[in-house]
Amino acid sequence: MPNNLLNRRHFVTTALTGLTVAAMPLPAFALTEAGAKQLVDSVVTDITRIIDSGKSENAMLRDFQKIFVQYGDVPIMARYALGADARAASPAQLRQFTKAFEGYISRKYGRRFREFIGGEVTVRNARRIKNGYEVRTSVKLRGSSPFEVTFLVSDKSGKGKFYNMFIEGVNLLLTERTEIGAMLDARKGNLNQLIKDLGKTG
Amino acid sequence: MIEGPTHRRAFFGVTKTVPRYVRLKHLIILSLLTALSACATQPKEEAARGEIFDPYEGANRTIHEFNLGVDRYLFRPASKGYVKIVPDPVVTSFNHFAENLTLPGQALDYLLQGNLKQTGNALLRFAINSTVGGFGLSAPADELNLPPVDTDFGETLHVWGVAEGAYIELPFYGPSTARDAVGVVFNLFSNPINFSPVRPVDNIGLYAEVVRRMGDRGRFSDTVDSILYDSADSYAQARTIYLQNRRFELARDDEDAYLGLYDDPYANTGTDPVRDPYLDPYEDPYAE
Repeated sequence: MPNNLLNRRHFVTTALTGLTVAAMPLPAFALTEAGAKQLVDSVVTDITRIIDSGKSENAMLRDFQKIFVQYGDVPIMARYALGADARAASPAQLRQFTKAFEGYISRKYGRRFREFIGGEVTVRNARRIKNGYEVRTSVKLRGSSPFEVTFLVSDKSGKGKFYNMFIEGVNLLLTERTEIGAMLDARKGNLNQLIKDLGKTG
Repeated sequence: MIEGPTHRRAFFGVTKTVPRYVRLKHLIILSLLTALSACATQPKEEAARGEIFDPYEGANRTIHEFNLGVDRYLFRPASKGYVKIVPDPVVTSFNHFAENLTLPGQALDYLLQGNLKQTGNALLRFAINSTVGGFGLSAPADELNLPPVDTDFGETLHVWGVAEGAYIELPFYGPSTARDAVGVVFNLFSNPINFSPVRPVDNIGLYAEVVRRMGDRGRFSDTVDSILYDSADSYAQARTIYLQNRRFELARDDEDAYLGLYDDPYANTGTDPVRDPYLDPYEDPYAE
């Protein structure tokens, strides 16, 4: 009987361990404050390197897209931007939309980085929020007072990635949800058409 | 976004005869406050969720179309020409000059907000920039590690507990709210510089401000263009960007209010693949 119990406990423990591993495919990773800051630091360094590379605009935009995928939680960002319409979308549509969104955001914001030439980004502080960390940076462009750019970083994707960005309080995801919603309205809610057009927008 | 020289100048034109000016000023402020209290109000719970309150959307969109026309044919070309012709350091200098002229007015607003420290800070900056900085053409006070100065009568009303009110797009000026529109008009009259006995100073703050806005419109022309001309609904984009930025400015000293603005994209999507198998945001988007 005691033996039996032990065996059973052993079984329970093993089963629990198995469950935990199944639930967390990347259990080794835990996001820390330093890690979140480091991530934003890397994003800034990589973007600066591309801006200074002197490549053609198209080559730069392709590089920005790689950075976006590497450091950003693109699927969750795309889903949020699509909003309620994401619920009605098929898995295949959602995948295509995510891919189109990835290119659209990289091009749209990548083009803006030209105005950042000669700018200085300082990572200021990080603090814990519900999903991970908020990392605040200060951006100083020539001839204007510094403004605040905040990154939200989470490891909910299994890896530390940023999932939203605020420029002087302007929420990138919320603003893009408004924009994607307007695009969808202009196409009478036709998601396939939107996916097609999004590939050429930005 | 889009600025209003004509709009503002119309008000300033009245300032030529002092007694009339004072009476008219009072009349305008009184009618503005009446208008503000009579304006449509947003239900409290919607305001608490940070929803957009735009009961005048139809009229606003008409004004937006008008403003786009003003930008396309006047403000944008003038601004692009300005930053092309005038050397960059000079544009920066003019920006400082315009900024400096607003400081006494901002000091008054801080005073009305009961913020004596910032009142002193604004006046100190004004004194330093106007003397050492050569009439404000440079901003040596920026090097002194003083806290930034950035306020207006809209913020004063906010501090006094006036709610944001309806979203309003003003002709020439661009996005605003009922509360901020009152602030914009009030600030036309509140800057002590306008009470200077020296005539030429009268409208200089206004002209300098227009030049400063042209500098910004010209320098960041691609970004502004992308909002005004490349988006699917430029009215909705301008509205959301303005409101978000304005709320951020006003919440700046209130960390919790700011954190409360964070929407959680992980919360309202089906992150539970068992419950919502088609909505797992972490499925591999490149599989298949």
